[in-house]
Amino acid sequence: MQSNKNFVVGIFDDEDVLLHAVEKIRHSGVRIDEVYSPFPVHGLDDALGYRRTRLPIASFMFGLMGTILALFTQTWMLGYDWPMDIGGKNYASLPPFIPVTFEFTVLCASWGLVITFLIVSNMKPYSWPRSYDIRSTDDKHVMAIDLAHNKMSKDEIGRVLKENGASEVNEKNF
Amino acid sequence: MQVTSSIREPLITGGKTVRDVSEDISRQVEGKPTNLWWVAFGISSILLLFGAYCFWILLWDGVGVWGLNKTIGWAWDITNFVWWVGIGHAGTLISAILLLFRQRWRMSINRAAEAMTIFAVICAATFPLAHMGRLWIGPVWSLPLPNTFGSLWVNFNSPLLWDVFAISTYFSVSLLFWYMGLIPDFAVIRDRAVRTGHNVRAAIYNAMSFGWSGGAKAWMRYESVALILAGLSTPLVLSVHTIVSMDFATSVIPGWHATIFPPYFVAGAIFSGFAMVLTLLLITRKLFRLEDYITIYHVELMNIIIIITGSIVGIAYITEFFIAWYGQVPAEQYTFINRAFGPYWWAYASMMTCNVISPQLFWFKKIRTNLVSTFVISIIVNIGMWFERFVIIATSIHRDFLPSSWSMFYPTMYDVGQYIFTFGLFFCAFLLFAKYFPVINMAEVKSILKSTSEKK
Repeated sequence: MQSNKNFVVGIFDDEDVLLHAVEKIRHSGVRIDEVYSPFPVHGLDDALGYRRTRLPIASFMFGLMGTILALFTQTWMLGYDWPMDIGGKNYASLPPFIPVTFEFTVLCASWGLVITFLIVSNMKPYSWPRSYDIRSTDDKHVMAIDLAHNKMSKDEIGRVLKENGASEVNEKNF
Repeated sequence: MQVTSSIREPLITGGKTVRDVSEDISRQVEGKPTNLWWVAFGISSILLLFGAYCFWILLWDGVGVWGLNKTIGWAWDITNFVWWVGIGHAGTLISAILLLFRQRWRMSINRAAEAMTIFAVICAATFPLAHMGRLWIGPVWSLPLPNTFGSLWVNFNSPLLWDVFAISTYFSVSLLFWYMGLIPDFAVIRDRAVRTGHNVRAAIYNAMSFGWSGGAKAWMRYESVALILAGLSTPLVLSVHTIVSMDFATSVIPGWHATIFPPYFVAGAIFSGFAMVLTLLLITRKLFRLEDYITIYHVELMNIIIIITGSIVGIAYITEFFIAWYGQVPAEQYTFINRAFGPYWWAYASMMTCNVISPQLFWFKKIRTNLVSTFVISIIVNIGMWFERFVIIATSIHRDFLPSSWSMFYPTMYDVGQYIFTFGLFFCAFLLFAKYFPVINMAEVKSILKSTSEKK
């Protein structure tokens, strides 16, 4: 079988070693595709040079949509479509509409956020992630380096990984 | 670099490595259920079946099978509803509020506590649904949906409708938050199944983990989602019991019509919730041998929260009494004197003893670090908090404005049965969760292992 994707895979045992290694490896001109970890390593996204996620903005937009929709719907239903006299109170007044507006805002912001997260991360129940090393969900940090994205040779990259604390260097073809 | 504190006690004991965490937590998901688990599940199923019979009779014959009468239109049903919703609050407090405060001790207990929240809210929801009588149309009529009556819309001025929105939002957002936490842990079990050649299990857990990869980009987004959900859940959880308290506070019934209700109910909810978390976790810890993850230190910290919230509740009881006297409204004064010295004095006395006096024992370090005393007091607090709701609800209405309408409430088998139904439901669901889902958040525990575990 002809494989068209060749990766050098560095295995790291310790998150602090990994964090320093990522900076040094990127500095030495190697392009890292992704690092797979069993738990979130703080500062890894900055070390890898990722842009901050815009999910908070998405969540805010969904929340705002919920606020407007809830306020509009309540005012329209009780103030315009079928005004009801309840104890002589105003047909549509803001204070009693606040609880439902708040709840609906939270509902839209949360669901919108999580659905957006699943879509942008391309996560589906029927998709299998590409596994560079099965231990990446257990106790190892796995650094994947695509040879096609790098000018250096396999051996050179392997040497850089070893120098920076990788406990193993493997190859993986897809 | 991570900094290790020499002052604080380690959160994880037993010299665990990252690998041990996956092993210890996944093992119980992968193995066959133990005999003890089957016994517990069997008892819960019997409760559920008996409860289901009572529920069926209730639906078939109507709410008349309950002990309600013309004066006391709300009793056990709403008491149980408020009790269960309150219990749920501890889960969100642990997972969301303690996340915002960066309390790392939450990591060992948040998964189970959130599961408790979800099951408790489901149990709570059965009461208003049952009370609406016709289970098949009640949920539809309580939503603002177009209908053939005009459309005649729901009344957005009513706290009961706010409750529909509050409880359903709370349930669905808690479910999201809990499930987000489970995603990376399902992937751990998937990869272990791949390694051992269990293909069906691998496929199921992969589907449940939405094909989680664990890449740095995914983690970055994941952490952002967790933080925002925590930020959204924090005001949400406070709003839920606030709105529940408004079911009473916006009425004009003496004993219910009180502005202190929202904070008082929220504190009581967290108080009872932590008691239930302790009851459940002490059992889970024993059943699944999690002593290294849920340590005495965790138990002690939870007991401290019980002292704080228990004291807030105690102050609220005293304040209510003071305001009843200070307000100089005869009906209000009578309600409170009747509450403490009338025919329901025993319920009031139980509430005071269980909620105000018993948690004060936790000031002694020996008591709050002892598992047996913690377990006993946690159950006492749960009983006390049930009585609190019963006292507020039943004693405020049983002496109506006309003495000819005065009445007492006597529960029937179906009142009790509906309560037993929710216990069966709750424990069956919790046991299934504890068996098939990782009971401790592995990813989070692994992330703090280096800085706060006991070294060998």
